Amino acid sequence: MTPLKMELENISFTYNIKPVLNDLSVFIQENDFIGLIGPNGSGKSTLLKVMSAIIKPDSGSIKFKGSETRNINKKNFAQSVSWIPQGHPMVFPFKVSEVVLMGRHPYLSPLSFESHEDFKISQRAMQTTMTSHFSDRLFNEISEGEKQRVMIASALAQNPELLLLDEPTSALDLKYQIEIMSILKDLNTNHKMTLVVAMHDLNLASRFCNRIILLNDGKIVSDGTPLKVLQKDILEEVYGIELDLYSKNGHTLIHPTIGK
Amino acid sequence: MKIMSYIKTLSVFFLVLLATLLIAPLIGSTDISLTRAFSTTLNNSNNIDASILFQVRLPRILLGAIAGAALSVAGAVLQALLRNDLAAPFTLGVSSGAALGAVIAIALNLNFTLLGFPVISLFAFMGSLGAILLVFNLVRTRHGEFPTGILLLAGVTANFFFASLVMFIHYLASLSQSFTIIRWLMGGLDITNYDTILTLFPIVSIGILILLFVSRDLNLISTGIHSASSRGVNVEKTQKIGFITASLITGTVVATCGPIGFVGLIVPHIVRLFVGPDLRILIPASTLFGASFLVICDTFARTLLAPTEIPVGIITAMLGGPFFVWLLKRKRPL
Repeated sequence: MTPLKMELENISFTYNIKPVLNDLSVFIQENDFIGLIGPNGSGKSTLLKVMSAIIKPDSGSIKFKGSETRNINKKNFAQSVSWIPQGHPMVFPFKVSEVVLMGRHPYLSPLSFESHEDFKISQRAMQTTMTSHFSDRLFNEISEGEKQRVMIASALAQNPELLLLDEPTSALDLKYQIEIMSILKDLNTNHKMTLVVAMHDLNLASRFCNRIILLNDGKIVSDGTPLKVLQKDILEEVYGIELDLYSKNGHTLIHPTIGK
Repeated sequence: MKIMSYIKTLSVFFLVLLATLLIAPLIGSTDISLTRAFSTTLNNSNNIDASILFQVRLPRILLGAIAGAALSVAGAVLQALLRNDLAAPFTLGVSSGAALGAVIAIALNLNFTLLGFPVISLFAFMGSLGAILLVFNLVRTRHGEFPTGILLLAGVTANFFFASLVMFIHYLASLSQSFTIIRWLMGGLDITNYDTILTLFPIVSIGILILLFVSRDLNLISTGIHSASSRGVNVEKTQKIGFITASLITGTVVATCGPIGFVGLIVPHIVRLFVGPDLRILIPASTLFGASFLVICDTFARTLLAPTEIPVGIITAMLGGPFFVWLLKRKRPL
């Protein structure tokens, strides 16, 4: 049995009297590559924020490698878990290299400057994400696909064991979608990183993830391998539309049924 | 950020300030001779050059430097905290909040100090903190953002509201108080002595050091509160430290000099063009450049219509108005 990375038990979270997460439990295992899917408003983003300790749930317990996250120092936690938001609005003209270096924040004390080591780690993160060649450009002036890669580099500079991403591919064209997912796959297989990725594209999830969690109304509807979770009847009920499912090279492909 | 380039850049800003502080005292409506000012043969009461230099110009210049530094740093920090580069003590109504606090203290004749802290400054500090909290809570969306349109409207509203209360108090005040208030509201550096500087300097310096201490946390907050939190920043604590300290240095300066507008907007923008948005360098560079900037503006204020001296607030507002329009125009999406 692989060791547990994170255990969430009986998590509930309510936003303005609307329950967003409803008594939900998940166990994340080491080296999981989890696709978190579900309709808009099903609680994917909120669940990621709970996992990254950005928001505290109203009830329930979260353990990271066996210890309660509320007892872990915020900076120490950030040395193990990093989170990448959905959009990347940036008001001020930071350079790409500066954005990546910000990932070193949890390792630095106040008033200190990044050491040679910090620069080296950031450079390695930029190489992994193929962002080194535009490290001197302004973050605001690069494309969406490049921004997403820079954000991944910045998260990697945190040296995390668990990487949480909120819809990293939703604003990207096909080529960039595959590029991002391939980077994530590489992190998962070659760098032994555990990933939880909220996503809308079921086919991408089916193709790249080794585990899929289907959320609806703040509850887990189904959890398991892509083949197990991506079932016609469950998906049709959750998404409320008719679907056609195919199988190709051992992966399930899903298409909405149109014009029948 | 690398330490060597950091020191190099700040040295340049320091030299600019040093040059300003050395040259500005020599410029004025009366020509003074340095040899006579430093002469040891003349006694103090006969030495007009020395008394112009040391009793009139120098304290005024030092006050200008402290005020410029404080307002500029407050502007840079407020812009980062609200993730909006149009934020500044003046545009957010923070200066008018401070003004209201100070005017209340003036009208109540509270001309004493409390534990070494002038009561007028204390009232001004509470006024600016109140204004910041009002704008912060009014504008913040549920995603923790501060959209430009609403931010500016809230600033305008706060400005009008506090101005109406100031006018109300002004209306009720006696003739001599009324004169003090109106003269002070124009924003000037002329009513000063070394005691004022000795009170202001430690408060502003400590404030700037505190902000420098949280500068990397502020950097992360300027990119978004959630990602800051996920990198280990205690967002609420940093926001509190930032808002309280920015109010403190704005309040103390406004209590002495009146609401000198637009310095906190203009200076961080100019400095950012040279050093980038990293607050670890933006804060000290804005301190040095803000100090030079206000002293230079005040030198114009002292000499433009010599021998009449106009309040420096008029000069900064005349520069700041068009600058603000330019920023707004640039910011508007095409």
